[in-house]
Amino acid sequence: MEVAGEVLQSGSSQELHVLAVDDSYVDRKVIEKLLKISSCKVTAVESGARALQFLGLDGGKGSLGFNGLKVNLIMTDYSMPGMTGYELLKKIKRSSAFREIPVVIMSSENILTRIDSCLEEGAEEFLVKPVKLSDVKRLTKDCVTRGETEGKDGRRVNKRKLEDDNHSSSSSTSSSPSTTASFGCSLDPSELITSPLHSSKRAKLRDRD
Amino acid sequence: MDVVNQLQRQFLDYSASLHREGFLDDQFTQLQKLQDENSPDFVVEVASLFFEDCEKLINNMARALEQQGVDFKQVDASVHQLKGSSSSIGAMRVKNVCIAFRSFCEAQNREGCLRCLQQVTHEYSLLKNKLQTLFRLEQQILAAGGSVPAIE
Repeated sequence: MEVAGEVLQSGSSQELHVLAVDDSYVDRKVIEKLLKISSCKVTAVESGARALQFLGLDGGKGSLGFNGLKVNLIMTDYSMPGMTGYELLKKIKRSSAFREIPVVIMSSENILTRIDSCLEEGAEEFLVKPVKLSDVKRLTKDCVTRGETEGKDGRRVNKRKLEDDNHSSSSSTSSSPSTTASFGCSLDPSELITSPLHSSKRAKLRDRD
Repeated sequence: MDVVNQLQRQFLDYSASLHREGFLDDQFTQLQKLQDENSPDFVVEVASLFFEDCEKLINNMARALEQQGVDFKQVDASVHQLKGSSSSIGAMRVKNVCIAFRSFCEAQNREGCLRCLQQVTHEYSLLKNKLQTLFRLEQQILAAGGSVPAIE
């Protein structure tokens, strides 16, 4: 399968390299396993600082990190001591070298304002923990096809996935054609939760792109 | 083969009871499904990490609650972490105590916190024993030449 060189590493290897950031040993081990099962290379670190160090954003090495392995996706926990996942997200999105790397935020807490802030800063998605294999498989598949579909319609839409029993009263479910084409894989419209508030934020994000 | 069948049935029954009694939830089953020939000890390893985490966090909470002026934010931070790990491994009872625990932290209620600390310590040691029994059953099945049945 031919894909844009930007998303995958050069060469015959089609394995995505994912950088996972989480201060919990248990969660790091689980996410690592989920990613390996989804055929990804994984680098798991315990803090935002270590993540930046790995990427070379701490002023140390060059832009490809210590070992030159390009990172295709970053998955980070939200609540971490020192630097939160949100702060890490901001640093990555404000760096010219790494802003294109999709960043997914994971959190055990389903807080609407938190989700909104993350999406606004450019997070690809907000996953509520515990993260499922189906989430990881979908994300990593999306990453691989991303290069193709971005060229087609030029639009990227951010979405969040909430647990089924945690619907907030302020949001409503609606299916909108413009929100299903984001990654070129089939998404169930009922999984996407939109509200006027979110639509305007998405519009704002598109303008910023 | 009869011995294997017996052990397998024991394993399934025990596993079912752990779920029924709320010690484990679906997340634990998800982790069991992730175990494969590349990582045959995955669940045991995650469980070990979890128990280490528990001990460390419970100690942190105990020390913080012993202080003259309790730093409830600090206690809450540890409880939050424990809630996260227990959720990730499917330790439902432990997780539920953490939820109550956080309310007491927020209310800055030392007595309530101490009660929860006692409860969480109790639940953690109960779970540890039960998982050790479960893992031992797995080992026995494997030693008898059988395979561990998948939980549905």
